[in-house]
Amino acid sequence: MAEAGTAVETHGAHDAHGHGHDAHHEQSFLSKYIFSTDHKIIGMQYMFTGIVMALIGGYMSYAFRMQLAFPGESVPGYGVVSQGEYNSLVTNHGTIMIFWVAMPVLIAAFGNFLIPLMIGADDMVFPRINRLSFQIFLISALVLIASFFVPGGGFGGAWTAYPPLSANAEYNLTPLGSTLWLVAVALEFVAFLLGGINFITTLMNSRAPGMKMHDIPMVLWMIVIASVLFMASVGPLIAGAVMLFMDQVVGTGYFDPNRGGDPILWQHLFWFFGHPEVYVVLLPAMGIVADIITTFARKKLFNYKLILYTAFATGIISFFVWAHHQFVAGIDPRMANVFTITTLIISIPIAEMLFLYIATLYGGRIRLTTPMLWALSFIAEFLIGGITGIFLGASGSDIYFHDTYFVLAHFHYTFFPIAIIGFFAGITYWFPKMFGRMLNERLGKIHFWGTIISFNFIFIPLFVLGTAGQHRRIYNFQNFPDLAGLQDLRVLATSALLVMLAFQAVFLFNFVVSMFKGKPAGKNPWKSNTLEWTAESPPPHGNWPEGLPNCYRGPYEYSVPGREEDYWPQDVPPDTAPAE
Amino acid sequence: MLQGIYDFIKGIFEPFGEYLIASNVPVASSFADDIDSLIALITVFVGFWALLAYAAFFFLIFRFRDRGDGQRAQYVTGEEKDLKRWITYPHAAIIVCDLVIVFMAVMVWYNIKQRLPEADSTVRIISQQWAWNFVHPGPDNELDTDDDITTFNELHVQVGKTYHYELLSKDVLHDFSVPVFRLKQDAIPGRVMKGWFEPTVAGEWDIQCAEMCGIGHGIMGARIVVETPEEHAAWMSQGNSGKLASR
Repeated sequence: MAEAGTAVETHGAHDAHGHGHDAHHEQSFLSKYIFSTDHKIIGMQYMFTGIVMALIGGYMSYAFRMQLAFPGESVPGYGVVSQGEYNSLVTNHGTIMIFWVAMPVLIAAFGNFLIPLMIGADDMVFPRINRLSFQIFLISALVLIASFFVPGGGFGGAWTAYPPLSANAEYNLTPLGSTLWLVAVALEFVAFLLGGINFITTLMNSRAPGMKMHDIPMVLWMIVIASVLFMASVGPLIAGAVMLFMDQVVGTGYFDPNRGGDPILWQHLFWFFGHPEVYVVLLPAMGIVADIITTFARKKLFNYKLILYTAFATGIISFFVWAHHQFVAGIDPRMANVFTITTLIISIPIAEMLFLYIATLYGGRIRLTTPMLWALSFIAEFLIGGITGIFLGASGSDIYFHDTYFVLAHFHYTFFPIAIIGFFAGITYWFPKMFGRMLNERLGKIHFWGTIISFNFIFIPLFVLGTAGQHRRIYNFQNFPDLAGLQDLRVLATSALLVMLAFQAVFLFNFVVSMFKGKPAGKNPWKSNTLEWTAESPPPHGNWPEGLPNCYRGPYEYSVPGREEDYWPQDVPPDTAPAE
Repeated sequence: MLQGIYDFIKGIFEPFGEYLIASNVPVASSFADDIDSLIALITVFVGFWALLAYAAFFFLIFRFRDRGDGQRAQYVTGEEKDLKRWITYPHAAIIVCDLVIVFMAVMVWYNIKQRLPEADSTVRIISQQWAWNFVHPGPDNELDTDDDITTFNELHVQVGKTYHYELLSKDVLHDFSVPVFRLKQDAIPGRVMKGWFEPTVAGEWDIQCAEMCGIGHGIMGARIVVETPEEHAAWMSQGNSGKLASR
C-alpha cells in the first residue's frame, strides 16, 4: 500500500512538470484491453473467454448427442465419434461447462464488473492480482484445449476423474491428455483463489461511505459467499490433485490399491470440494436473479436478511453433504444414513430461499422484459432441479438412480439455470451498463423462448430414460438389449439440442450488433437503485471521475410510499439530510 | 414397530410406484418394489410442493403484472408477521415431509445395503476392463471348489434363492448394476464388496457397468439369466465345459 501511495505522488510530480502519465490518458490497445488492471476490462476478458469456452463445450455436446441419436454415423462437422473420443467429449464438456464457463462467467465476470461499481469504488483493492488471476485463467484454458490435440487425445475418465482410471495411463490410455487436464484444472483453481481474495477484500474494505452490511446488493453478497465457499473447500482438492499428479507422473501410489493406496480417498477429496462447488456457482446466479426481480417488480426484496441467512446456512451445510455422491461407491453403509439426513436438511434453506423469491413478486408491478423473463425462468427451471435432487439425496432411491440419466437430467436442471440462464439474465440486465447501448428486446425474447422451450425438450426425455435405467457415459445404447428400444427419446433430446444451439445465433447476433448499433442506454435505463447505475454507461476508467458516490440506504427501496418516483437510488441523500 | 410403520406407508405408495417405474423396468428382485415405492412417495411429496410453488409463482406473475395504468407496487419488507407466515408455515410442513422421506429412505437402505440376510448361495463377480467374469459355486454350492462354473458376461441365478455376491475388480472402478433388481454397487480394486439379492421373476435382462471405466465402458454389458429351479439345475449339470466361451 505504501508503494502505491508513493506511485501516486510520483504521478503528481510528473504532471506538475507537464510530461507525466495521466491516470486517464489514452492507452494503447494492448495495455487497455489485454494487460489492463481495470476491473471492468478484466470482467469482460473473463466473460468473452467464458463465451468462447461455452461455444466449445456446446459443440462437444452437439457431437456426442448426435452419436447417441444416430450411433456410428458420421456427425456433420465432426466425423465419426469413436468410443475413446466419446468419453473424451463428455468428460471435457462437463469440465469446461463447470470450470471454464459457469465459474468465470458468474463469479469472475460479474464479480469483477459489478463489485466495485455496486459498492461505489473506483477499482478492486488488488488490481494487479486481478490481472494475474485472469492471465492464469487464460493459460489454464489454453492448457485444457491443448490436451485435446496431444497423442492419445483428451482425457476421457469423466469430469470426476476417479482413480485408478485417471491415475494410470495403462488404464485410461491418455498419458498426456489426463495430465494436461489435471494441470489445467489446478491452474484454474489458482486463478479463482486469487480472484476470490480480491472479491472478499474489496467488498469488505472499499464500500461507499454509508453502505452498511445490509445495504449491500444481494448479488455481491452471493458472489462473496461463493468465493468464501470456494476458498474453504478447494484446499483438499488441490492436495488431491497434487497426489493424483504424482501418481500419474512420478509413479507414487496414493490412490493405487496395489501399493497400499485408496481410490476412495480421491472421491472424498473431490466431492468435499465438488458439492460446495454447486453452491459456489448457484449463489451468484441467485444473486443476479434477486437484483433483477426487484428492479422489474418494482419491489423491495422479500425479507433481505432472511435470504442472506439462508445463503449462509446453505453455504455451511454444503460442507456436510458430499458423500451423497458416494452412496454406492463402497463407503461404510451406515455413513449413507448420516449423509441422507444432511442432504435433506440442505433442501430446507434452498426451498425457503426460492419461496422468498416468489414472495418478492407479491404486490409488485411486474414488467416482463427480457432480463426479467430470464430471471423468472431461472426460478421455474431451478425448482425442477431442486426437487429432483431429493430422489438422489435419499439413499434408498439413489441405489437405483445413481449414475443414470436421471442424475444427468437433474444436474442439468440445476447447472443450466445457473450457468446459462444466470448468464443470460445478467448479461441482458447489465449489457447497457457494460457497453452503453440497449439490446434489442424483440430478438432477446425470440432467443429466450427458443432457448427455454428447447431446453426442456432436451432434458425431460432424459429424465424418462433415467427412470428406465439408462446409465451415463455410454457411447452406444444399442449394445444393451433392454435399452435399445428407447431410441425415439434420444433422437428427441438431440433434435431439441440442435434447435437450442441454433437459437444461440440469435443471441450472438443481437449481442454484437447491439454493442455497436444499439439504442444509447443512458445512465439508468431500468430505473434501478444500485450504485452502478449512477455511473456513465459504459463507466470510464475510475468509474466516477467526478468523485465517488455516497450510500444512504438499502439497494431495494422501490415504490416507497410518499415519493414521487417509484425508485430511490442508493446515492440520493435523504430529503431531511442537510445539503453537503 | 418401525417395520410396521414402514410397511403401512409403503403400502400406500406401492401402486403408484408400479406405475411410475415398474411399467418401464420389470420388478425382478425382492427389494425392487421397496425402491419403487420410495420413489413414488418422494414423487408425490415433491410434486405437491412443486405444483404449489408453480401455482403461486404463475398466479403472482399474472396478478401483479404491470397493467400500464400507472399504479404503484406495494411497499413490503417481508418482515411483517402476517406476510412472513406464508413462508414459515410451508417451511415447517417441508421439514415434516423431509422427516418422512428420511425415515423411508433409511429403512430401504438398511434393508438392501446395511444388513446381510442368510444366503442360500454365493456368487463371485470379477470385473475388469471391459468384461464381467462370474464364478458360480456349482452343484456343491461352495466357491473355490473344483466344480465352480465360471462364465463370461452371463450370470445365472435361480429364482427365489437368496444370493450373496462378492464383487471384485482387477483394475479400475466398475459398478455392478442390474436395473431390474434395482441393485447397484461399485467394484473397487483391492477390496471385496459384499451384498445380497433375491431374484423373484425368471427371465433375462441387462447388467450394465455404471462407473466410467475407460474406453470400453460403453460396451461393458452383460446379461443376468434368472432361471426356474429345473432350468438352473439343468444348466448347472452341464458343468464348466465350454461355458467360458459361451459369449
